[in-house]
Amino acid sequence: MSDKVLMKGNEAIAEAAIIAGCRHYFGYPITPQTEIAAYMAKRMPKIGGCFLQAESEIAAINMVYGVASAGKRVMTSSSSPGISLKGEGLSYMAGADMPCLVVNVQRGGPGLGGIQPSQSDYFQATKAGGHGDFRMIVLAPASVQEMAELTVKGFELADKYRMTSMLLADGTMGQMMEPVALDLEVKPAPEKPWATNGTKMQRAHNITNSLSLVAEELEALNFARYEKYAEIEKNEVMYEEYMMDDAEICIAAFGIASRVSRNAIDEARRQGIKVGMIRPITLWPFPAAPFKAAADKVKSFISVELSMGQMIEDVRLATECKKPVTLCNRVGGMIPSPEQVLEAIIKANNGGAN
Amino acid sequence: MVVFDKPHALTDAPFHYCPGCTHGIVHRLVAEVIDELGIEGRTIGIAPVGCSVMAYNYFNCDMIEAAHGRAPAVATGVKRADPENNIVFTYQGDGDLASIGMAETVHSAARNENITIIFINNAIYGMTGGQMAPTSLPGQVTQTSPYGRDVNHCGYPVKVCEMLSELEGPEYLERVTVNSVKNIRNAKKAIKKAFTNQIEGKGFSLVEVLSTCPTNWGMTPADALKWIDDKMIPYYPLGVYKDRSADKEGK
Repeated sequence: MSDKVLMKGNEAIAEAAIIAGCRHYFGYPITPQTEIAAYMAKRMPKIGGCFLQAESEIAAINMVYGVASAGKRVMTSSSSPGISLKGEGLSYMAGADMPCLVVNVQRGGPGLGGIQPSQSDYFQATKAGGHGDFRMIVLAPASVQEMAELTVKGFELADKYRMTSMLLADGTMGQMMEPVALDLEVKPAPEKPWATNGTKMQRAHNITNSLSLVAEELEALNFARYEKYAEIEKNEVMYEEYMMDDAEICIAAFGIASRVSRNAIDEARRQGIKVGMIRPITLWPFPAAPFKAAADKVKSFISVELSMGQMIEDVRLATECKKPVTLCNRVGGMIPSPEQVLEAIIKANNGGAN
Repeated sequence: MVVFDKPHALTDAPFHYCPGCTHGIVHRLVAEVIDELGIEGRTIGIAPVGCSVMAYNYFNCDMIEAAHGRAPAVATGVKRADPENNIVFTYQGDGDLASIGMAETVHSAARNENITIIFINNAIYGMTGGQMAPTSLPGQVTQTSPYGRDVNHCGYPVKVCEMLSELEGPEYLERVTVNSVKNIRNAKKAIKKAFTNQIEGKGFSLVEVLSTCPTNWGMTPADALKWIDDKMIPYYPLGVYKDRSADKEGK
């Protein structure tokens, strides 16, 4: 175990990216993730890397597209409104099968919203990152340590499957300081024979492209991409169970909501209530199997979210609506308190009555 | 004896362009320059959205298809991925470069990004069937300006070279055309300079090529070439708008 250093979540992401071999970062200032850009601006020139402040989020994601096409590890980061702007680029990245890491340190919305933490981009990240049929691997850290580890994992998965990995954090996670161990294991990037980095007059030209005007061909590309997604659903699901062995109530929560929920679970356990938690670490692929299994054991589910109820839909799908799923939430930059979650647990324990 | 041949930097794929369109000429000039400079193996081209969207099929170097207007941002990424080796050019039309991609154009110029941009200005959206472009002339009839471009309603055409020449950033800006043998020779010289500048690390070089669209202008190819002389050049004068290195050398 190496020494731990005290770092902000946003800084841990940036340093972990450098450790993962990322030498190209493009971004546009937006709260509450600007520390990532500031960290990269300081570090990249010292290590022969490239930090460039783009003229817009749209330009930033297209610079990412360029570096990814050239076969190198590359990332951008932003917060909710900025991710909407990147939607076009995310769709093109998917259509051209380009790997990259995109970080969304979420804030409250819609519109310009606020600058306080939120999880209300769950739908956008897991279902609708842009136009067309595509997925992104979505990783949801719940500690500064995980922000570092999942950054590395994000690059590895992006390269492995030639697609975008999104690290879906929130303002709290980004700003929170915790000790973090940075002795991270990194798998080297695979060979990228598809890269458009010059033919050297030794091979046929490579083309990075998402245009396919023949409907049958475009259909085949989509089918092939979804076969890849099926592999990911089979192989890459990550989640953590907390006190689920004898649980009668199951909380579903990720990121900061899972931290709050853990406190509430500990207090409920002290009061003799059998409650546990399934914390998805990958939001896509969603850990449907453990939820499905839990549905045969528990009385009910509570989805604790900093949104109006987005992940709750995936919980209902995974559990095939066998047991009631209720929502415990705050929005607009507010965070549910452990007391609020405890109340929801007590209510669920009473069969839904207060 | 000189035998007319296809440049190596062009593939064997037949162009899809309409009869009389000058895209083919400009493609050939770019390919000849790539051949002459011996850079095909380290060149990466960025195709736009518009009539030349499938340019990636026509050049033998590595190619990337960018989103509409984003080619200079993509080019920035490719260049920065390996600035010592990669030679990067974008090939963009007027809608792509001067309308939806204006921010990417201006800021890549302002950064003096060491890339080459071939800008095809034919004063119309060709691929979508002849709508008003940011460079459509005052009074020009198009599908979306059926009574002629009314400058009181939708403003004036954008003069890209003039506008960019006000920036400190760019190295080289020149407007050429390809409507005569003499003009084609000049256009090739400009394109070659724009690539040579990049090889020499001088920075952002943009060549604007006044081009024809006989199909959407509703003219014969011959009339279209003449329309460049009669209508376009008076509004978009040919010439060098910026050449920092030459200015420094007092040329």
